[in-house]
Amino acid sequence: MVRIIAIFTGLIFIFVLVLGAVTGLIDAAGAEESASDKIKHECHKHAKDVNWYWEGNLGLGVLGGFDRPQLQRGMQVYREVCSSCHGLEQVAFRNFTELGFTPEEVKVIANEWPIPVASINPDTGEADTRPAEPADRVPSPYPNDVAARAANNNAMPPDMSLLAKSRPGGADYLYSLITGYEELPADFPEEAVQEGLNYNPYFHSLWIAMPPLLSDGIIQYAEGQPEATVDQMGQDVAAFLTWAAEPKMEERKQAGIGVIVFLLIATSLAYLSYRRVWADVKGH
Amino acid sequence: MSFAWSKPYEPTSALGQWMDSRLPLPRLVYGAVGGGYEVPKNINYFYNFGVLAGLALVIQIVTGIVLAMHYAADTTVAFASTEHIMRNVNYGWLMRYMHANGASFFFIVVYVHIWRGLYYGSYKAPRELVWMLGIVIFLLMMATAFMGYVLPWGQMSFWGATVITNLFSAIPLVGDALVTFLIGGFAVDNATLNRFFSLHFLLPFVIAGTVVLKIWALHLPGSNNPTGVEVKGPQDTIPFHPYFTSKDLFGIGVYLIAFSIFMFFLPNFLGHPDNYIEANALATPEHIVPEWYFWPFYAILRAFTFDFILPAKLWGVLAMFASILLLFFLPWLDASPVKSLRYRPMLRKWTYAWLVSFLVLSWCGGALAEQPYIIISQICTIWYFAHFLIIIPLVSRLETPLPLPASISEAVLKGKATTGAPAGIEDTGRGAAPTGPVAQPAE
Repeated sequence: MVRIIAIFTGLIFIFVLVLGAVTGLIDAAGAEESASDKIKHECHKHAKDVNWYWEGNLGLGVLGGFDRPQLQRGMQVYREVCSSCHGLEQVAFRNFTELGFTPEEVKVIANEWPIPVASINPDTGEADTRPAEPADRVPSPYPNDVAARAANNNAMPPDMSLLAKSRPGGADYLYSLITGYEELPADFPEEAVQEGLNYNPYFHSLWIAMPPLLSDGIIQYAEGQPEATVDQMGQDVAAFLTWAAEPKMEERKQAGIGVIVFLLIATSLAYLSYRRVWADVKGH
Repeated sequence: MSFAWSKPYEPTSALGQWMDSRLPLPRLVYGAVGGGYEVPKNINYFYNFGVLAGLALVIQIVTGIVLAMHYAADTTVAFASTEHIMRNVNYGWLMRYMHANGASFFFIVVYVHIWRGLYYGSYKAPRELVWMLGIVIFLLMMATAFMGYVLPWGQMSFWGATVITNLFSAIPLVGDALVTFLIGGFAVDNATLNRFFSLHFLLPFVIAGTVVLKIWALHLPGSNNPTGVEVKGPQDTIPFHPYFTSKDLFGIGVYLIAFSIFMFFLPNFLGHPDNYIEANALATPEHIVPEWYFWPFYAILRAFTFDFILPAKLWGVLAMFASILLLFFLPWLDASPVKSLRYRPMLRKWTYAWLVSFLVLSWCGGALAEQPYIIISQICTIWYFAHFLIIIPLVSRLETPLPLPASISEAVLKGKATTGAPAGIEDTGRGAAPTGPVAQPAE
C-alpha cells in the first residue's frame, strides 16, 4: 500500500515537472536577451589578477602576511582621497599600530585626521565635534545615510570596512574598479548610456556613481616610497582595505600552521595506535 | 549490551562498585561506547562518520555558547556585534570561523553518513527507527542552520529569511497569517531576529537529545555493516573499545585537518560575500541563495514553474518538504530483504545515477534561476522523486540479488583471500559473494 501511494505521488510530481519543463523550454525558445543585459555581457570585464604580497610566490598565501609600507601608503590614499566620501566605521585608530605605526604616531594621525569626531559640548550639551583620539573609530564623513545620499546625487558611498570581503574578487576587484575607468567603446549604444554616472567595465552594471578620483601624482608618498601612480595607489589602497576587512589574517594563518602541524603529528600517532590495536583482528 | 557475548561491566575498584550500586553511569558508558558494545568487525571508514557527526555537534555547541556571550540579537547592533567578535574579542575570529565552517562540515559529514545508510541499507529492519531519528536530526539541523545564518544580520541573512519564511504564504487560506505569526510582524525584523536567536540556541540541545535516542535505538540491534548480513556470533564482532575508539580517533584527526584547512586558510570560501554587507530592507541582492548545503532542496523548490491546479510556488514548497519527508517511508518503499547494495547490482547502478543527479541538483540550486539551470534542475528533480518513489519500490521487487555470504566472518576471510585488500576497505565483500548461500530475509 505504501509503495502504491508512493508511485502515485511520484507520478504526480513528475507530471507537474514535465509540464513546467515543456512550457519553460517553449518560453526559452521565444525569449531574447534584453538589450541592456546584452551590452552588460559584452562589455563587463573580470577583475585583473594581481599577485598580492599576502598571496606569496605560489599564490597559495599559506604564510603570506601584509607588506607594512604598502598598508601605510594605502592608509594615506584612504585618508587623502577615499575618506571624504567613504567611512571605515569598524576600524579604530588604535588598530593602525598593526600597520607598523608606533602608538605615538597613531596619536598624531588620529589628532590630525581630516574629519573630526562627533561629540557633545561638555558645557552646553549641544552637538559638537572634537579631534579624534586613538580609541575612536575612524569617523564617517556624513552624519547619516540621508546626508550621504544628499551629497552624492542620491548614490550611497558604501562603508569601506568590509569592502574587500563583501565583493566577489576582493582586492583584485577593488584594484580593478578604481583603476578601471575607460573611454566608452565607440559602438556603445546611446540608449544604454546612463547620464550622471561614469562608465567602468569592472562594475556589475557598467555605470558607477563614483567618478575617477585617482590621477598620477595626486598625492605625495613619503621619501623612499614608490611613485604615486594610479596603478600604485590602486594596489596600495586595495591592500589597505584587505587589511581593514580581515585584520586578523596574519594571526589566523600562523595559528593555522601550528594547529595543522600538531594535528598531523597527533593523527599519525593515532594511526599507528589504530594499526597496533587492530593487529590481532582475524582477517585484517 | 546487545549480544549474549558482550562483555559485562565489572567494576574492580571500590569506588567503581560503590558508584555502580548507586548511579550506574559508568555501566551505561561502558555498554554504549566502551568494551561492552560489540561491533561488526568488517565496518569500513564510512562508519566513522557517525562519531564525526557527534563531534561536529559538540564543536558547534561549544563555539556557539562562546559566541552568544559576545553577540547581541538586536537589528541595530547585530551586524556590528558580529564584527566586534571578529576584531576585538580575543580569538573571536577563531570562534566565529569555527562555528561558520563547522556548520558546513557538519552537513558534509551528515550527507556522507546518509549516503552510507542508503548504500548499505542501514534503514531497513530492524533499524527503521534509527534511520527515522536520523531524518529528524537532519530536519532539526536544517532549521538550526537556517536560523543561525540569519543572526549576523547581513544581506543574505535578511533576504534568505525573507524568502524562506515567505514560502509558508503559499499555504492556502492561512498562509499569510501564518507568515505574520512566524516572523512576528509584517516583515522580517527585530522580532524575527530575536526568536531565531532563541530557537537557534534551543534546537542544538533538542538535536543532542535526539542523538541519545538514536544511539539507544541503534544499540539494540547493533551497527549494520557493509555486507548487510546480521551478526551471527562472537566471531563476527569486536568490542567498540579499544578497536573503534582507536579507529575513530584516527578519523577525528583526519577530519580536523580538513576542517582546519578551511577554517584557517579558506574561512570565507563556503560563505557568500553579500553577507558582509549589513541587512538593508530597501536593497534586494541580485541573486538570493541559501547556504550551499541547502542548494539541492532550493533547486527542487525552484524547479516547479507551472501552475497545475495549485500555484507553482505551492508545488515547489510541497515538493521541497516531500523530498525529505519521503525518506521516513524508505524502509517500507524498499521491499528487498537484502540490505547492502553490494549484493544488489541493479539498484546499485540506479543509486549511483541518483547520486550524480543529486550533485547536479546541488549545483543548480546555487546558480541563477535561468535557463539552462531551470531545465536541468527539473530533470534532476524528476530523477530524485522517480528514484525514491518509483524506482526503489519497483526494482526491489524485480531484481535478483547476488548470493549473500553466510556470515560477516566468511565475507571477511574470503575477501582477504581473493582480493588481498584489508577488511574495512570498501570492496572486500564482493570477492566472497558468488560462493555464499542465497539471499536471506533481513529479519
